[in-house]
Amino acid sequence: MSERRHFRSIAEVGVDSVRRLLDLTDHMAEVSRRPNPKVPALRGRTVCNLFFEDSTRTRMSFDTAAKRLSADTMTLAVGSSSVNKGESLRDTVETLSAMGVDAFVVRHRTAGVPWQISGWTDAVVVNAGDGWHAHPTQALLDAYTIMNRRGTKNFEGLSVAIVGDIRHSRVARSVTEILTMLGATVTHVAPRTLLPPMNPTPSTHALDDLIGSVDVLYMLRIQTERMGTGLVPGGSEYTDRFALTPSRARRLRPDSLVMHPGPMNRGVEITVDPSELPQSVITAQVTNGIAARMAVLFDLLGSTAGLEEG
Amino acid sequence: MNRKQVLGPEDVRRAVTRMAHEIIERNRGLDGVVILGMQRGGVWLAEALAGEVSRIERAVPAGSIDASLHRDDIAIRPVTPAAVSDVPVDLDDACVVLVDDVLFTGRTVKAALDAVGDYGRPRAVQLAVLVDRGHRELPIRPDFVGKNLPTSLAESVEVSVEGVVIVEATAGADV
Repeated sequence: MSERRHFRSIAEVGVDSVRRLLDLTDHMAEVSRRPNPKVPALRGRTVCNLFFEDSTRTRMSFDTAAKRLSADTMTLAVGSSSVNKGESLRDTVETLSAMGVDAFVVRHRTAGVPWQISGWTDAVVVNAGDGWHAHPTQALLDAYTIMNRRGTKNFEGLSVAIVGDIRHSRVARSVTEILTMLGATVTHVAPRTLLPPMNPTPSTHALDDLIGSVDVLYMLRIQTERMGTGLVPGGSEYTDRFALTPSRARRLRPDSLVMHPGPMNRGVEITVDPSELPQSVITAQVTNGIAARMAVLFDLLGSTAGLEEG
Repeated sequence: MNRKQVLGPEDVRRAVTRMAHEIIERNRGLDGVVILGMQRGGVWLAEALAGEVSRIERAVPAGSIDASLHRDDIAIRPVTPAAVSDVPVDLDDACVVLVDDVLFTGRTVKAALDAVGDYGRPRAVQLAVLVDRGHRELPIRPDFVGKNLPTSLAESVEVSVEGVVIVEATAGADV
């Protein structure tokens, strides 16, 4: 198999490419602000969204990103239960490849599937979320949102608290990876049961100790079905200790940023209305997501570098 | 490598002043005129022209446009969008003066014309270049020229505020 470039995890991509992609995202954000936000850069290329797990916003975001670059798009959305791993997944990928796909955008409940798929196709592979493992385009759009809001590419000394179910969150993993790589200081805030084993990132369960000092407060979605199972404190206990409540919101610095990857569980991890929170950049995250995904697709498909045979 | 200086800094300054006069003369009153430098080589020249136009007559909006996502050779060679476009006004019914340092094949200008169309429908688009080196591959011609400079395809042309230099034996490096 040829040596193709993919976008599967932040660690794999590396810091130089991450910085280049952040610059490219800035460019794509300007394209998105034009009266006609569409450029012919990927005319004739086909991007296939392969979603084996429910997702609305990520799928729509990738679809919009590909269309703004004039690529053709195909979407295959299947419940993960209806397609088994192994042969049938491989058959699906090989069949779609034979139709002439240049890039697969893959979402799957099992970690590692994007790597598996890159062994079965000549197309480039973009990871749109695999199991608890990685969600690198979310990390890129978050880093861009921070860079854009603070008006500097320098992340040194930036303090970030990521709050919630760190253990089961691919978002937390990828966001921690990218921000640490860029020089920020990340702290995980969660009950001990929701921290990954052997976690190299500093952690605490005392949100109130750092809420008044952090530059970025990153709230994760809590899977409500996990509440009260022994992993997550049930009832109002989680909200009392880990949610962004009105009283905690009042203690935030005016220049700090509140982020959330969505979809939000209002009343669980966030009990204030983000639209009334001046520090919230949650809507900007969604808008920037399109630009970040345009940057990734253009970087992989828009230059000869992505096509070179190894 | 053989380097030949064809214009010095004073020549560039005089050419910019003359072109600014021509832009004013051609667009009497300068109504709706917007000066857009083509990223990246045309940006300093657009700023210089806008500065001269405002010194001589009155201030006009100036900005820059990046055409790299509109190029027709994206799959042939690496394209890195170099700098973000800055279009400060609505281009509907404007008179856009596109500015680049060197006019060569015309393909970059064609891409820039396409990019301009994404911002609106200008009343007219004019083209100002410091150097026209020939070898057009498309039916595109400049409205304002600093210097006509016949070159061979084996030469490249380097342009800056310091002057214009022809460099021999590095083929086609300055499209």
